Amino acid sequence: MKALRTLAWIIVFGLLGCQSNHSSLSAAGPQSKNIEWLYWLIFWICLAVFVLVMVFFAHGTARTKVDEQEMAPVMENPEGDRRARVAVSVAVTVTVITLFVVLAFSIVTGNTVEGLSSKNPVTIQIIGHQWWWEARYPNPQADLTVVTANEIHVPVGLPVVVLTSSADVIHSFWVPNIQGKRDLLPGYQSAFWFQADKPGIYHGQCAEFCGEQHAHMGFEMVAEPVDKFQNWLSQQRKPSAQSTDPSVLRGREVFLTHSCVLCHTVRGTDAGSKVGPDLTHLASRRMIAGATLSNESGSLAGWITDPQRVKPGVLMPANPLPPDDLDALVTYLRSLQ
Amino acid sequence: MAVVQTNPPVSATDSLHQRLDSTWREPSGFGGWFKRVHHTTIGIRFIVTAFIFFLLGGILAVLMRLQLARPENKFLGPDRYNQFFTVHGSTMIFLFAVPLMFQGFGIYLVPLIVGARNIAFPRLAAFSYYIYLFGCLFFWAGLLLNTGADRGWFAYVTLSGPDYSPGKRVDFWAQMITFTELSALATAICLAATILRHRAPGMSLNRMPMILWEKLVLSFMVIFAMPAVMLSSSMLLLDRTVGTQFFNPAEGGDVLLYQHLFWFFGHPDVYIIFLPGTAFVTTIVTAFARRHIFGYLALVVSTISIGFLGFGVWVHHMFATGLPQMGESFFTAATLMIVIPTAVQFFCWIATLWHGRVQFKLPMWWIAGFFFVFMIGGLSGLMLASVPVDTQVHDTFFVVAHFHYVLIGGAVFPMFGALYFWVPKMTGRMLNDALGKWNFWLFFIGFNMTFFTMHFLGLRGMTRRVYTYVPEMNWGWLNLLATCGALLMGVGVLVFILNFFWSRKYGAIAGPDPWRAGSLEWATSSPPQSYNFAELPTVNGREALWDAAPNQPVVAGIREDIRETLVTDSLDGDPDHRMESPGPSAWPFWAAVATSGLFIGSVFSARSVLYTAVPVAITLIGWYWPRWGVSQRRKATEVWSE
Repeated sequence: MKALRTLAWIIVFGLLGCQSNHSSLSAAGPQSKNIEWLYWLIFWICLAVFVLVMVFFAHGTARTKVDEQEMAPVMENPEGDRRARVAVSVAVTVTVITLFVVLAFSIVTGNTVEGLSSKNPVTIQIIGHQWWWEARYPNPQADLTVVTANEIHVPVGLPVVVLTSSADVIHSFWVPNIQGKRDLLPGYQSAFWFQADKPGIYHGQCAEFCGEQHAHMGFEMVAEPVDKFQNWLSQQRKPSAQSTDPSVLRGREVFLTHSCVLCHTVRGTDAGSKVGPDLTHLASRRMIAGATLSNESGSLAGWITDPQRVKPGVLMPANPLPPDDLDALVTYLRSLQ
Repeated sequence: MAVVQTNPPVSATDSLHQRLDSTWREPSGFGGWFKRVHHTTIGIRFIVTAFIFFLLGGILAVLMRLQLARPENKFLGPDRYNQFFTVHGSTMIFLFAVPLMFQGFGIYLVPLIVGARNIAFPRLAAFSYYIYLFGCLFFWAGLLLNTGADRGWFAYVTLSGPDYSPGKRVDFWAQMITFTELSALATAICLAATILRHRAPGMSLNRMPMILWEKLVLSFMVIFAMPAVMLSSSMLLLDRTVGTQFFNPAEGGDVLLYQHLFWFFGHPDVYIIFLPGTAFVTTIVTAFARRHIFGYLALVVSTISIGFLGFGVWVHHMFATGLPQMGESFFTAATLMIVIPTAVQFFCWIATLWHGRVQFKLPMWWIAGFFFVFMIGGLSGLMLASVPVDTQVHDTFFVVAHFHYVLIGGAVFPMFGALYFWVPKMTGRMLNDALGKWNFWLFFIGFNMTFFTMHFLGLRGMTRRVYTYVPEMNWGWLNLLATCGALLMGVGVLVFILNFFWSRKYGAIAGPDPWRAGSLEWATSSPPQSYNFAELPTVNGREALWDAAPNQPVVAGIREDIRETLVTDSLDGDPDHRMESPGPSAWPFWAAVATSGLFIGSVFSARSVLYTAVPVAITLIGWYWPRWGVSQRRKATEVWSE
């Protein structure tokens, strides 16, 4: 009994931290809510089975324990065998019924989670890269398509369809508070949907091992009311902010004359390479480097100078710039609202 | 109770012993080491080597846990961490679990339990060991030369393909697969043939101890499962070395094909690791409940159905790939179905204990640990079988917790039970009781500290195979707890090693049958003589020694001046004919050296296969070259009926 109580406390304490922005037991959407319900259903079934089996094992062992010197094997026990046959048959029957219950609920929940209930969803295209996320909000009018990275905005209460693909290796898209994970497979395109019901900023993470910086391939999902989402979308559609501030202009010059342009796009400038994340509205994001560092001048400067120190193995090279060039570059990047 | 005494009093049989020993004795000296073919020698070599790799894999695990003990730790860094987790997983699966549980114990125990003088195809068994050993050395040499595989024990394409994994690291992994699976296939053939054709007279199929059924089913599972992984790893190797495009999506290759092939092997492999565990549990429960196993028929049917169903559930490793929902539901149902035979086994064990007279000796502690740990692992498996729940916990630490509960619960706990049970047979001395309990409790508590916490980490979103995590996630204290547990487990294993060496010197003498158990390996001395049994036993019950008649007959008429063995009928165990078992030979060793040369050469140059095939051919010809005396003797014993 004491052991059970200890176990219960461990479980309670272990689960306390599950109320966070990165937990599958802190549901913020219909999918994750359904899955959480199913999880707890199976959990209680499992706990009951576990306790029963352990009690029977312990009792069965203890009730017949004999003197160690008594060595002769039991040869015949027809009455015991008959009772055991009945007991085992009952136990197997209960097992089969329980399994059918689990199967039925699992299939029903699966249908709810996977079936889309809206004809007019928001569509987001997610493309996995080593080790960042490209998010596109496609629009029939090509120049209205929004391209961003590592920060995905979704409207609250509206179904969102995600079209997945990968540019290199297998990644897996996962926001535990919202929906189960889905692999991004090179050579395959697939679609799934989810919906966020509670506004908030949820953490997402690549769940399939994808190389050196798999651990730091995170992103943020910002769930916000529809009007805020539409504002964000129209803001992101604009080309990059143009400034007349001389230090910003100088930073822009540094950006356009250094290796930055070999990988990055800033719409409204000549930088148009698609190897790395789109930086057109970099300053509007909360985090940089795959949700690893907060988006501040200091961390931005550190990241640009030596990305390998923060994320060893990352594909971005070191950029040893003179201090005033670096300052100007950071000022420019911070101006990209 | 009657006991078959197949080692008659020394005085009467001194000359019998001498004659048999001079025929069956293993060659001595340095050169002789490479010629030995007796199954006890090979079995112990397998067990010792695999245990060493268990320790090495464990050291990597502790280093990984130290890296994860706190957020943004710089102890290992991603490159080394990725090599360590890959080599840890591959070592534990391919170099420890299958070789020790299936091959080591199988080769050591099966010929003794069927009552034979040696395994069928002893030279193939020796070859199987050398190939395994060279595979181990090759793979670990890679790690020590900083060419350790770093793409996970599954090496998913395209990450493991030529574009994203330049260098030789993945090739080392892929060829290690070829080594170990070739070895496992060779062992499977030896064991299946031994069980089917070398059983003691009277041991009909329905009198085979459960452990033989399980080894038989396993052998067939190995024969059907291992080719799938050899195929996928060879295709990967071809993609990497000669420019085929099996898995390159840009050229129409398919990344999911690889996963299907891999898991078609991968899931049966879980049962290949777990079934030997259940065999140990059945054997130990029978011995210490002091009664025949309850529900023999149900257990046999469960084992066989696990053998079949194990091949029908592989897609549950791929629920997150977005396969059609109908297909996923089918595999959920298949996965839940395999719970039934497993549950039947548990119920039969409990019923056996319930109606027996339980002696709670050291091996039984580990069986109790197995019940506790494996039940948790099996039940969290029930959660993973459900597609919606799986999409949330798949590839998180929840899964890491689950499969360590299943594999350590289903293999390592029974393995320690089996070691405490059978080491007295192997060394002739009992293991120490007090140290054994320390070993158990340290390992048990450490294990649960390490892996129970991982369930919470997984539910809180900590994904697998991450070398570090950011402090904002608040995973720090749970990870620290897990690391402390891993250290406790390590201490527990060290206590076992201490116990082993202490007991080898000072342990109580075991005698032939310290547990008064029922199967035939206890009918001979500990450790067994070079010829296993002075007089080959006969059997008239499932527990040969418990069921023996007061004057149980023995087999007569087998020649003692040559290595003659008895071949019996597969079904009834009736004597069929006599056969000469191959004697010591160095050819298996040289054949393994040549084959290893071919495997290793192919990693570095595709063309080298042409040259290195020549020594393989030469050594195989040498191995199979007909021997005059043997063929003459065989002709003399052949009976031709009109």
